[in-house]
Amino acid sequence: MKRVVITGAGTINALGHSVPATLEAMREGRCGIGELEFRDVDRLAIRIGAQVRNFDPETVFNRQQMALYDRFTQFTLIAAREAIAQSGLVFEGELAARSGVVLGTAGGGVSTWDDNYRSVYEDGKNRVHPFVVPKLMNNAAASHLSMEFNLKGPTFTVSTACASSNHAMSQAFAMVRSGMAPAMVTGGSESMLCFGGVKAWEGLRVMSKDACRPFSLGRNGMVQGEGAGVFVFEEYERATARGAEILCEVIGFAMSSDASDIVMPSKQGASRAIAGALADAQINRDEVGYINAHGTGTAANDKTECAAVADVFGHHADRLMISSTKSMHAHLIGGTGAVELLACIMAVRDGVIAPTIGYEEPDPECALDVVPNEARDADVSVALSNAFAFGGLNAVLAVRRV
Amino acid sequence: MSVKDRVIAIIAEQAVLEPSDVTMDSTLEDLGIDSLGLVESIFAIEEEFDIAVPFNANEPTESDFDISNVAAIVAGIEKLVAEQA
Repeated sequence: MKRVVITGAGTINALGHSVPATLEAMREGRCGIGELEFRDVDRLAIRIGAQVRNFDPETVFNRQQMALYDRFTQFTLIAAREAIAQSGLVFEGELAARSGVVLGTAGGGVSTWDDNYRSVYEDGKNRVHPFVVPKLMNNAAASHLSMEFNLKGPTFTVSTACASSNHAMSQAFAMVRSGMAPAMVTGGSESMLCFGGVKAWEGLRVMSKDACRPFSLGRNGMVQGEGAGVFVFEEYERATARGAEILCEVIGFAMSSDASDIVMPSKQGASRAIAGALADAQINRDEVGYINAHGTGTAANDKTECAAVADVFGHHADRLMISSTKSMHAHLIGGTGAVELLACIMAVRDGVIAPTIGYEEPDPECALDVVPNEARDADVSVALSNAFAFGGLNAVLAVRRV
Repeated sequence: MSVKDRVIAIIAEQAVLEPSDVTMDSTLEDLGIDSLGLVESIFAIEEEFDIAVPFNANEPTESDFDISNVAAIVAGIEKLVAEQA
């Protein structure tokens, strides 16, 4: 088994258009949630979200690229450019042939679906652009990333709703650890903040109209965000031999299925994934100093997640820190685990724990140290990132300081 | 059909029961309607009466809409329909 390290990270999300900008916002406890701005927003009951602002894709991509890149692909490529530049890797020869891309997305090109359905249904047009299908397909981002950087190894997209990125990164990790690939580019992306995307979520009646307040008494639901996070996972010996900067080591993962309900979370399913990640990483539970929670801000998720953490960690649950950065960047659905892994990297590398902002009052059902409202300095060597998706599909990753 | 009968018909359909089996003091739990079934019922009621029901599935007991039994739901819908008229 090979050791696996992260040698590059990139992101674009409501908190920033790069990793340094995003981590600074997390340290300062800044909120990226605001009034949504897009066509027909006045017909929505839910009008808040964490949109990527001050982003003009036409200054980044040319006309041919714009015709092919849905917003979720644009986000992916921007994040990937940052990550691969940081890694210093150039994919050529054997390295290119064996390295690939695994990305997560729940919806793929949602705004491309939305725009084109509107065009044929509402505007009555009988013709759509020839690239609608290659633009909206869930694997479009992975394919364009592979083309731009000459990544010719195993490349695909996984879709497990809110756990997509964690499932994707777990796969990439397993491939590098087993020696199947020397390096993998991995993470996830989502862009559902358009009329149809938000309207669909609105129907479920779990969205907050005012704020995302994970673990706080009186929280009233989730808020949706958008963006991408992309990482370079690389075999440790290879990375050290070339003198690469190592952000952290990925030491384990586990996945589980609740096999119980299509939307309600299960303590048992979550516990099995968390405990499984500790076992896979071969660490004791008291080594974990920080958990980046799934922490959606719904009543059901947050109390179930806290119960699962208490179950797995026993007395140590009262000593570790657990925060939900969704309070700041909101829920990036299939891209969320990737952006949240940045908070884990900040914890183990920089010794800074991102807060759960918007926290008002303790909820007895979430009686853990949720790092309310202000970032904290702490010496943490191991961090976990939780993701528990609709459909009862869970994936947890463990990282360690190097 | 009265508002009451139309609401009961929707609840009965969701519960896969005859409307006559749905009594005013039945709770949703009695009728075997879970959280997803409730959200579907509220949606069907909104479509039927063209109203917006202030119901938050995230914390049903904290909503401004009483779902403690069929009578409460019917009364709530009657009020919303009257307000709309």
